[in-house]
Formats: sequence, structure tokens, C-alpha cells
Amino acid sequence: MSGINPTALAVFVFFFLLVTVLGFVAARWKAGDLSVLNEWGLAGRRFGTVITWFLIGGDFYTAYTVIAVPALVYAVGAYGFFALPYTIIVYPIVFATMPRLWAVCHRHNFITPADFVHGRYGSHWLALAVAVTGILATMPYIALQLVGMQVVIQAMGFGQDGGAFLKDLPLIIAFVILALYTYTSGLRAPAMIAFVKDVMIYVAVIAAVVVIPIHLGGYGAMFEAADKAFQAKGGATGIILKPEQLVPFATLALGSALAAFMYPHTTTGVLSSASGDVVRRNAMFLPLYTILLGLVALMGYMAIAVGVQAPSPSLTVPMLFQAIFPDWFVGFAFAAIVISALVPAAIMSIAAANLVTRNIWKPYVNRDITPQGEATLAKIVSLVVKLGALAFILFLPTQYAIDLQLLGGVWIVQTFPAIVFGLFAPLGRWVRPTGLLGGWVVGMAIGTGIAFSQGLKPVHALAFGGHTYTVYIGLTALVLNIVVAVVASAVAIAMNADRPHDITNPSDYGATAPADSPELAR
Amino acid sequence: MRWLLLLLPFIGLLWLPFYNQTEPSFLGFPFFYWYQFAWVPVTCLLIFVVYRGIRR
Repeated sequence: MSGINPTALAVFVFFFLLVTVLGFVAARWKAGDLSVLNEWGLAGRRFGTVITWFLIGGDFYTAYTVIAVPALVYAVGAYGFFALPYTIIVYPIVFATMPRLWAVCHRHNFITPADFVHGRYGSHWLALAVAVTGILATMPYIALQLVGMQVVIQAMGFGQDGGAFLKDLPLIIAFVILALYTYTSGLRAPAMIAFVKDVMIYVAVIAAVVVIPIHLGGYGAMFEAADKAFQAKGGATGIILKPEQLVPFATLALGSALAAFMYPHTTTGVLSSASGDVVRRNAMFLPLYTILLGLVALMGYMAIAVGVQAPSPSLTVPMLFQAIFPDWFVGFAFAAIVISALVPAAIMSIAAANLVTRNIWKPYVNRDITPQGEATLAKIVSLVVKLGALAFILFLPTQYAIDLQLLGGVWIVQTFPAIVFGLFAPLGRWVRPTGLLGGWVVGMAIGTGIAFSQGLKPVHALAFGGHTYTVYIGLTALVLNIVVAVVASAVAIAMNADRPHDITNPSDYGATAPADSPELAR
Repeated sequence: MRWLLLLLPFIGLLWLPFYNQTEPSFLGFPFFYWYQFAWVPVTCLLIFVVYRGIRR
């Protein structure tokens, strides 16, 4: 890591410029009237199976994932692999829930999940709770994409002798460009860039998993080297789980899977597709990205076996590439990681902007806002959100962003009952809006409280039936949330109070929308 | 009833005693790893079966 390598930098800059051009050109793609929110913020809901696959894949498997998952595996071994079961079991959940959400949102022109909650229960407060949770959870997630970019920029050698300003300059330039084409092109920009991003990431990762094991003498040797390294560190963790890691591993996987498609950016990906069937097919094909994620995770072990001595775990992947590959390919791989940050950061800022516009501004500031006014406001909010994330990363310690993202996961899963129960008539019968709001308040308060009492670790000790288990905090809080919501709703139902003002019909949730015909969905 | 198939990945992956072991290994991968990877195509297939059921 001494100085900037010109070859790597040239390749890096080439790919960055390529996606910049794409970002601006995207405004004309599948042309629509970008002055209304449905077009700017959901790309007119016209994306077919393939585009949606790239978009959600690009959105869900972020740069931070590529940096953080191998970093965790490098540091703690098998425990870091909870990301794999998480990103497998998430798809049966998506298959069962998201086509219904798509259908009802399409039928009523809902743009955000909070719009749906409002339509389903007629409660401004519950919709506000869902929207605010979404915004709070998304902001640090955007900041973490910047952290992913920062790591790569640091590894490229920027700012080693030029001071803090030169170190941050590439990050500022990249993010300002991103903000501009998101402003002009809306969701079309990340959708188009997602193609390039995903192809590049696949190439970089496949090269790594083919070439590196040849250096190491095969995967068997790699696992052996990792095993030895963990034993040398004292054997608190290893290449399989220790008995006390089983419950946290499983609860982290389950809790993360329940949370994943409650995030506004993933919902935005779902809602921008052309039909419920597109969503179903994506639930079937998106697990292919999970294979990629598993291979990415293995890079943590490769780094151990290669002998990478990362000063901080987040440098594991960049240093692994630098140790193995020629300069031009390092530039390519680094560009892939940075572009992997741009796609989700754009979608996240659009999703947050949609929430602010539809669920805060419209009901509480200006009820009579026009669709054009909504789009203008959302564009400005997307800029503010991104600049806020940039300022956060430049002026506050990185650890704050990581801590807040962890809390964001605990928070976002608290919107699961409000969003998902209402999608299914048999479940919806059990809940009333104020009960759901009460559950949310309890889940948020307890989840946040436990997280702080644990020093912002994701898990806590839970005594149950004479044993003590270590459990993911988000899941504990979700269980309490559901219990409170159902009990409070049962009281309301018994008193015949707090009846939902439901503007949806049971038939709105099915796959019967006209756009669902096979011709259009293709 | 087909929908119940979607519960299988949860059982297979969240019950760790099924797979938290190194043997039998496959192509150098300890069991813990290739078992998890193997659930990816299995899950795709299960979703496909349910999907075909509702398309009829």
C-alpha cells in the first residue's frame, strides 16, 4: 500500500466514468414523465424479471456486504457465515409476502410500504411510525456504503501523504456525481448501473475463487490454514461453530431475514417491478446471488491462508486482491466494489425521499401537493439525504455509522407486523391499528434499550426454561412487539374499538392485476 | 399444502445440529459449508414447485 498505482487508478477511473455516463443516460431509458413521483421514484413500475433481478441483487448485496462479511469471517470464522442461511431463508419469505404487497400497492398507487399501512388501517400514526423507522434505518445504511467506498479509496493509496482533504476528495467527488444523476434520472439510474455492477462483481469474485485456491493448493488447504490460525488465536472461534454460537447464529439469520425486505430500499426494488409474477420469479432466481455472497464470505479464509495482515478487518478484501492480482485487475475489482456502493446508496436515498414526501410531507405539511410537487420534493430530499450521509462519514467516527446500522436492523424488523400482517386476511383479523402501534413502541423501546445495555452488540443473553441463550436483540424485541400488538388488539376487538379504516379489498392482493398477464410480465 | 414446502429451508438451516460439523467434507469444503451452499439450489427448486402450483 505504498503510493497510488497508476495502472490500477486508470482502470478504476475508466469504469467510474462509464457508470457516470450510464447514470445520466438512464433518464431516457424506458422513457416516462420524470416529473411525477411514480416515474422518478419507482421508474413507472415497468421493470421485468431480468432488470428487477439485477436491481434487487444490486440493492441487497451491497459494497458494505462485500467488505464486511469477509472481514467478519476473517476475524471470527464460521460465525460470519450466518449471512448465508439469512440470504437463503429470506426468499421463501419474499415469495410469500412481496407479490401481495406489490399487487395491493399497484392497485392503489401506493409508492411506499407506509402508504400501504395507511391504506390498510387508515391510521396516520401507524403509517408515520413505519415511515420514520424506514428513514432511521436507511440513513446509516447509506453512510455504510460510503464506508465501503472509503476503504477501497484508502487501499488505493489516496491521501497517504496529502492529508485528510486529499484522502476524502475522491469520496466527495464520487458521491456528488452520484447525487446529481440520481436527481435527474431517479430509480432508472441505479437500475441501469446495476447491470454493470453485478457483472463486474461476479467477474471479480469468480476470479478470486478460481485463482486464489490455486495459489493455496486447493480449498482443503485453505480451510486447514484458517483452522490452524483460529486455534493459534486461542480457539474461541473456528471454522465450525462453538456450542454457545449456535443460537446467536440461527437467531441472527432469522431476524435478518425477517428484516431484509422491510427496508425501504428493498421494497422500492420490489414495487418498481412490472407484476407480482416478476416478484415471484425473482424470489426463485435471486438466491443465485447467495452463492456469490457465500464465495465472497470465503475470501475471509483466503485472506488468512494467503497471510494477509489487515490492520483493520475491513481492509481484508482490498489487501487480498492486492496480494494476489495484477494492478489492472486490482483497479477493476476496486471499481466493482465502489460501484457496488453507488447502486444501493442511490436506491436507499430514493426510498428515503419517497417516504419523506409521501408519509411526512404530504399528510403533515401540504395535503394538496401535486404529483409534480411530490417528484420535485423527493429529488431535493434525495440530495439532502446523501449530503447528510456524506457529512456524517466525513465528520463523525465511522463506528457511529456501524452502531447505528446495527440499531437500524433492530428497528426495521419492528415494522414487520404492521406491514406483513395486513397482507394476509387471516392474520389481519387479529390486529388493530392502535395495537400494532403499541407493539411497535414496545419493540422499538426494548430493542434500543437492550442494544445500549449490551454496548451496541447485536446479541444479548436471555434466560429461558433454566438455560441462558444468546439471542439476536431484534428478534427478542419483535416477539414482544407481536405479543403486545396481538394482546392490545384482542382487547380492542373485544370492546369493538379501534376498527381499521381499510380501503383495500381482499381481491386487491391477488395476482389478478391486468399487468400480470404473461405477455406483459415478460 | 405445497406452501408448507417453503418451511423446509428454515428447518434445514436454522437447526444447527444438522450441519455444524466438518465431516463429510466435499471437494475440500467442510460439511458446514457445502451443506449451506447446497440449500441454495434446493430452495430455488422448492420455490419453483410452489410457483408452478399457483400458476395452474
